[in-house]
Amino acid sequence: MTEIEYPTTREPSCPFAPSAAVREMTRDNPVGKVRIWDGSTPWFITRHADQRALLNDPRLSIDEKRAGYPHMTRARAASAPHHPQLITNTDPPEHTRLRRTVNAPFMVKRVEAQRPRIQEVLDDLIDDMLDGPNPTDLVQAIGLPVPTLVITEILGAPYQDHELFQHTSHVLISHESTPEEAAKAGQAIGAYLSELLDRKIAEPGDDVVSEMGARVVAGEMTRPEAITMANAILIAGHETSASMISLGTLALLRNPDQLALLRENSDDPKFVANAVEELLRYLTIVHSGIRRIANADIELHDTVIRAGDGIIFDLAAANWDDAEFPEADRLDLRRPARQHHAFGYGVHQCLGQSLARVELQVAYGTLYRRIPTLALAVPFEEVPFAMEGVAYGLKSLPVTW
Amino acid sequence: MRVEFDEPKCVAAGQCAMVAPDIFDQRDDDGVAIVLDATPGPEHFDEVREAAAVCPAAAIRLVEA
Repeated sequence: MTEIEYPTTREPSCPFAPSAAVREMTRDNPVGKVRIWDGSTPWFITRHADQRALLNDPRLSIDEKRAGYPHMTRARAASAPHHPQLITNTDPPEHTRLRRTVNAPFMVKRVEAQRPRIQEVLDDLIDDMLDGPNPTDLVQAIGLPVPTLVITEILGAPYQDHELFQHTSHVLISHESTPEEAAKAGQAIGAYLSELLDRKIAEPGDDVVSEMGARVVAGEMTRPEAITMANAILIAGHETSASMISLGTLALLRNPDQLALLRENSDDPKFVANAVEELLRYLTIVHSGIRRIANADIELHDTVIRAGDGIIFDLAAANWDDAEFPEADRLDLRRPARQHHAFGYGVHQCLGQSLARVELQVAYGTLYRRIPTLALAVPFEEVPFAMEGVAYGLKSLPVTW
Repeated sequence: MRVEFDEPKCVAAGQCAMVAPDIFDQRDDDGVAIVLDATPGPEHFDEVREAAAVCPAAAIRLVEA
């Protein structure tokens, strides 16, 4: 059997859906294989129930330094041996220790406390947008600046540095970057964050880098760990939230009944919270698969995954698995969607998910209420998608009101 | 219903505290879950079941009477 090349390309006629080839594997071939950039053929797991079982199975490892690990990109494969021990490349119990050292700023009550400030940031941006030219690009006006402002405030970095952040994070996560470009971007941001860490150790503030600085001084964390972690927060919290705000808006404009429903229920926090879960499920922007390697032989649906084999989990496929979400191709803001895998599943589930939820609840709960006449300024077919990254998004979203 | 919590497994994602805030909280210094009420009343059963289901580390087990 010939394996499909992965990541696959979504059909332009149906850009929110996982590709037909991936959906076919969910139906017919739950323990299949795909071919990735280096020619290797890791296992490919697409069903929601299988992902839930395996992503919590201690026989799977996230140790990216092991031979046979199915790396996302050539650049990631080249840099993996040089990474310090991080939450993104260690298994429990080391992972548990590391995660607990960086978790405090992302606790539910800490991010809930940010809600009024996030609301203020968004309201100011909407004021500026309404005062500016019409039509405009929602990605530039709202999508990108919201997470940029939020994450730079949380880290304690000055906003005037946001262009450096946006550019570097894009280069680091793009499939189009060469290892040299990625390494250069990594060095630039590393140097910046190293300097920021020194400033925050000297003059601590109420922010994450100051908190990590205190842990470095106390000997609970090394400098490289703190810098790499700050970098990861910056990148992970940035383009992802931006994409969700812009893509969510486009998906709602494509589903006017759902948009109307959301607008009518904007003052009901429970409704908005569930709408966020459903949009996370429906869009599942992390679309190039999360990666593991088997520590032991694992039997699944009468197939044996051998110790040392690589495994890829396609999160979008699981979130479009009709067995778990009936009529999964339908955006339904009322459906129970909380069990989605948009943030992954298992001990490595997204560290910043609570912050992302608050950002999206504020964004979706405010944007369409304040701009009830929001509409696309170009035909849907002309909206430019950015498909090449680890997460997909929009290059721009021309809107009018 | 009795809530059993396997603390060493907890990765402090806080999903339990978000879904069932009357039953779970997070420790201030690292976000590890705290069980506020290990024998919740029936009015909390749905949210506690959801909290156990969404826990990414499968650290919450429910012993249903």
